[in-house]
Amino acid sequence: MVKMSGAQALVEALKQQNVEVIFGIVGGAIIPLHDVLRDSGIRHILTRHEQCAAHAADGYARASGRPGVCMATSGPGATNLVTGIANAYLDSSPVISFTGQVNTFSAISSYMIGRDAFQEADIIGITTPITKYNCQVKKASEIPKTVRLAFHLATTGRPGPTLIDLPKNVQTEVDEMEFSDNVEVRGYKPKTEPHPIQVKKAVKLLIEAKRPIVLAGGGVIISNASPELLELAELLMMPVSTTFMGKGCFPENHPLSLGDVGMHGTCAANKLILEADVLLAVGTRFSDRTTGTLDQFCPDAKIIHIDIDAAEIGKNVEVDVPIVADAKETLRVIRQLLVHQLKQRENSPWFNRVKELKEQFQSEMDPGDCDLKPPLLLKELRKILPANAILTTEVGQNQMWAALHFETYKPRTFISSGGLGTMGFGFPAALGAKVACPGCAVVDIAGDGSFRMTEQELACSVTEKIPVTVIVLNNSMLGMVAQWQRLFYDRRYSAVELGSSPDFVKLAEAYGAQGVRVGSLREFSEAMKKALKSEVTTVIDVPISPEENVFPMVPAGKGLKDTISG
Amino acid sequence: MSKEQNHIISTIVEHKPGVLYMVSNMFRRRGFNIESISVGSTEQSDLARMTITVNGDERTVEQVVKQLNKLIDVIKVSRLDPANIVTRELALIKVRAIDTKVRSDVINYADIFRARVVDVSSESLMVEITGTSDKINAFLDLMKPFGVKEVARTGITALSRGVKSVKIE
Repeated sequence: MVKMSGAQALVEALKQQNVEVIFGIVGGAIIPLHDVLRDSGIRHILTRHEQCAAHAADGYARASGRPGVCMATSGPGATNLVTGIANAYLDSSPVISFTGQVNTFSAISSYMIGRDAFQEADIIGITTPITKYNCQVKKASEIPKTVRLAFHLATTGRPGPTLIDLPKNVQTEVDEMEFSDNVEVRGYKPKTEPHPIQVKKAVKLLIEAKRPIVLAGGGVIISNASPELLELAELLMMPVSTTFMGKGCFPENHPLSLGDVGMHGTCAANKLILEADVLLAVGTRFSDRTTGTLDQFCPDAKIIHIDIDAAEIGKNVEVDVPIVADAKETLRVIRQLLVHQLKQRENSPWFNRVKELKEQFQSEMDPGDCDLKPPLLLKELRKILPANAILTTEVGQNQMWAALHFETYKPRTFISSGGLGTMGFGFPAALGAKVACPGCAVVDIAGDGSFRMTEQELACSVTEKIPVTVIVLNNSMLGMVAQWQRLFYDRRYSAVELGSSPDFVKLAEAYGAQGVRVGSLREFSEAMKKALKSEVTTVIDVPISPEENVFPMVPAGKGLKDTISG
Repeated sequence: MSKEQNHIISTIVEHKPGVLYMVSNMFRRRGFNIESISVGSTEQSDLARMTITVNGDERTVEQVVKQLNKLIDVIKVSRLDPANIVTRELALIKVRAIDTKVRSDVINYADIFRARVVDVSSESLMVEITGTSDKINAFLDLMKPFGVKEVARTGITALSRGVKSVKIE
């Protein structure tokens, strides 16, 4: 037992969790915590908006595989975190938020919970549906235990955001503190070992399959199961498609890689998945953006579904073999059983079909030689960046171009807002990723609409010395909505024209960052190489045609067979 | 798709503030319908039992159980087998009863249903009735012609029959 204040106990508990960095903004109700943090040795990165603190913590978590921590004051500080928390929730990212709160009790004023005090918001009520767990600490002595619990829950099983709300008087209350490693949660025991009977069924299906295919989701990345997936796919000569969240879990230059399935999946993946007789789905929740209309999704395939979250099994798609377990462990066990039962497969008719379709659609994916089309730019970017470089994206056309045309080779090197689709995520996430991996080049593929939503973090990147590169594919449009209006609303543009403001070069310079505008692929290439060597963040403004569309595309409400290739 | 019907789910949860909100919020957010919910303490002081009646088809109820299991403060979820449970509900019913004929009718019906008159005023009687929901519905139908002024029902609470029990360490 040690005697200390709640704020001191919190910082001590964070150190026990090996927290090195916190993203956040200070405010009245969290001053006691920041007072202790000042001399703690933990780096506090002052973002310019709390939403970006949460996104940066998210980017940090996804790039490193370690939990990301963010902090905000009560009321508006806490509510500003909400978009970032919801984003982390939908993409299963371990983001841990700490929020200040007004006093639980005050003998001298009405600055207390339940009295509608200054900057009071019910952040527990607000974040209950978007956190894996949240908790308001009522007594300082509960802080060490609660912090352990928040980290344990955020990082185990299916990861997700957690939040701890800290009333100001609890931060200053001095009490005896007990620190241990013990975490007890009666209602939480994630199952990681696959059930042997289900595994046997899966193995049997895979051996008998003529046209097996993998659909690998974000769960493969989260459980670090990429090596196991690669070994299994090569053993069975089984093509691998990924969901948007799974991008990077399988090297996209591998002959068995098909790229993404879904609304903006590749033609080859969207076609082949419908021809499969066995679908091995790993760590995916069968999102509507992946499956298209459900009644046309894999009609002839037996489906094996591996997921650590039992509630995902049968939620959207009925499956034949459900396996509730960790992806890495399950893939390892399946492969082990298969190795004993069959020889290395050679080029089967199915693999030839895979090759044939990949080649057939290669030409459609070929951007041609028009100078500054986004696909070409992304292919050029791939040539410039090393394999371990991290790409983040905003949301919209920029994101889908990046998914389709930027080959990703390693897990955790493609970071994007998949579930919530949060415009403005990419830039703060890039900052978080750069802090987590200072040795890696980090590039945010942005659109002009998205970048404006969190562009103020240029100030954070400059003052905190976190150099990244932002490539603004600038069509002066909210491009994805404009594309839908062109294709499905008879070109009736409504509320999508952004005009030519601001000048992104001057904007970058105003923040003390570098800005450059490029008009050709050669200029882009030079600017990009220079940006990689720069000690400050570079914004590369790339004017593109507002008429540009992203293809392939499956129209909303249609099935994968209705993929439009352009 | 299987047909929609009522299912009774019994859950053991942490007995602490916010848990009822967490559970009911999950139902709202996922679009599941709660027919009734009753909450009370158990044989262990730090645990509460929530008995939830849900209307839906088989697949929906399966999802409800899984989503409940996902909540950290929900410790145990079991679907009760309708063939092997005791269910009870309590209702307080205030009936308009001015003349003596009506009063004696209400008291007679209450006797037949093993209900009790628990409050009397010059214009009304209050009846307490316990039983299955069907029994309470039947009694309420009988009371309607007299004029039902107010009803308060607890919702269903239930336990499995026999020695089987849920113990939480």
